[in-house]
Amino acid sequence: MSMAIDDVNPVKRKPLVTGGLSFKEITNVVAKPVESKAPSWWFIFLGLSASLIALLFAMIGYLVWEGVGVWGLNNPVGWGFAIVNFVFWVGIGHAGTLISAILFLFRQKWRTSINRFAEAMTIFAVICALIFPGIHVGRIWVAYWLFPIPNSLLMWPNFRSPLLWDVFAVSTYFTVSLLFWYVGLIPDLATIRDRAKSKTKQMLYGLFAIGWRGANRHWRNYERAYLLLAALATPLVLSVHSIVSFDFAVSQLPGWHTTIFPPYFVAGAIFSGFAMVITLMIIARQIFGMKDLVTIHHLECMNKIILATGTMVGYAYAMEFFIAWYSGSVYEGFAFVNRAFGQYAWAYWIMISCNVIFPQLFWFKKVRTSIPMMFTISIIVNIGMWFERFVITVTSLANDFLPSSWGYYKPTWVDILTFVGSFGLFFFLFLLFLKFLPMISITEVKGVLPEADPHHGDDHHG
Amino acid sequence: MGNSIVLAEFQSPGDLLNAAKSVHDAGIKHFETYSPFPIHGMDDAMGLGQSKLGWIVLMGGLTGLSAGFALQTWVSTSAYKIVYSGKPLFSYQAFVPVTFEIMILFSSFAAVFGMFALNKLPEWYHKIFNSVEINKATDDGFFLSIDATDENEKAAIHLLEKIGGKSIKVIR
Repeated sequence: MSMAIDDVNPVKRKPLVTGGLSFKEITNVVAKPVESKAPSWWFIFLGLSASLIALLFAMIGYLVWEGVGVWGLNNPVGWGFAIVNFVFWVGIGHAGTLISAILFLFRQKWRTSINRFAEAMTIFAVICALIFPGIHVGRIWVAYWLFPIPNSLLMWPNFRSPLLWDVFAVSTYFTVSLLFWYVGLIPDLATIRDRAKSKTKQMLYGLFAIGWRGANRHWRNYERAYLLLAALATPLVLSVHSIVSFDFAVSQLPGWHTTIFPPYFVAGAIFSGFAMVITLMIIARQIFGMKDLVTIHHLECMNKIILATGTMVGYAYAMEFFIAWYSGSVYEGFAFVNRAFGQYAWAYWIMISCNVIFPQLFWFKKVRTSIPMMFTISIIVNIGMWFERFVITVTSLANDFLPSSWGYYKPTWVDILTFVGSFGLFFFLFLLFLKFLPMISITEVKGVLPEADPHHGDDHHG
Repeated sequence: MGNSIVLAEFQSPGDLLNAAKSVHDAGIKHFETYSPFPIHGMDDAMGLGQSKLGWIVLMGGLTGLSAGFALQTWVSTSAYKIVYSGKPLFSYQAFVPVTFEIMILFSSFAAVFGMFALNKLPEWYHKIFNSVEINKATDDGFFLSIDATDENEKAAIHLLEKIGGKSIKVIR
């Protein structure tokens, strides 16, 4: 009787795993890339990204040797590519924790197929992000002054500065994301250990699996730890980009000094992070044959979030303009008119079209479920969100209160190549992840199969 | 604790849950179930209470909260007294973000390492690993083990057979 109703039930949930995979088949599919020999394209891309890392290190070396004068920074624009890239990478790093923590608390089971992947992306993006403020400080060899470490100068950091809050926010975010990721990995590392054919592999994965054996007394504390970490990471992820926005909002500059910044930055971060997950996931599921685990339904769910957050970002752009006019402040009003029609109007309109116009195509189910369309839009969003940070950072500095001190910022080749190099680092780490760790949470995907319910197959009464 | 482990395999999460209930009802305390994912309702079936991890995390959070706030207060009002923009030295409002971050950091460490401690992990050697079968518990196998002594080993085997355990092994 229940079957007949289910067939016509319009609100029945879509299956999260298609193809009728069993527990064992799920293990086989996810463990395959880890256990088989790396394909030749993997080595090619690893080599390419390694050469980009060399470029990154060369540019950093040149910067340290010559000084920050090799960048395009000058009066009045003292924050250029380094800050733009920092905010860009940190923003991308927000999707992982959103998927793993917030969607976990909301019991969104579709997250299980993508959380591992997105968390890995988070960690690598935050590593890229941390480089930029690190090399922006000028005298890199005293960057440890940022931390409250007792030193012979008896000097301590200024805890009343948003820049220092940022140091704590981003480093806490990195540490907690890493812990969360590792805790999620433990049962899967044990799976790889138990399937290992060679002694070395068994020892290595076994070392990090710390003796996990799937015992229920362990699961009991494990599940509680996972829930608590999710509950801790949720306010953390919201706080991190809020604090990043304080770097701007706590200053007095027109265009920066606005209360909308924290929620606006958080929405933008989730927007850009999901776009990056879509970009990478489409490629990975294609190459590794994981279309039954990461279905069109999963991608569609992510596209809906991109649509929602993209609309929030568009609303924030409009509201900034409205408040600038409504405040009656001449400087505030000018800052926004200048953004749209001033010397950086080209960047502003790239931002608007990429972030506000294109994602609106996701209202159509055809677009939301079409792989080429969503791939293109995800890349457009990534570009648009980089330009958003460029517009915010540069336009307010280039044209502030006093026209006699206005300027025009242009990046140098060092700026551009350092940014390009950071992608090398990101993809290098990502390729290593794809090869050596299970890219989908084997445990969690099994847990959302109908067969995992101990009452599966029982008669339902009522 | 016994000096041998009797291990039996079950077909599905539901079977394992029923088996755990039967073993618990038979009054056996030292037994364990193994599964590739946590099974809903297993804690009740095994007669286990709530995990104590929440209290550990609460202590971690309170430590982080007070340590973070104390550090900033001490640095700003005593160790390195510098007036910025005419603001008071004890600007507690400005200390909120860092206090919050350190609280989250300490709580997360407490959650992860507290979980390890409660589970007695890392434990790279355990007697159960002497069986080949247990490797399936991280793939698609559902197992129940009873810690036995020489006297009650037979009874444990008999019980596991009665409740439908397959391929019963004694691990020493």
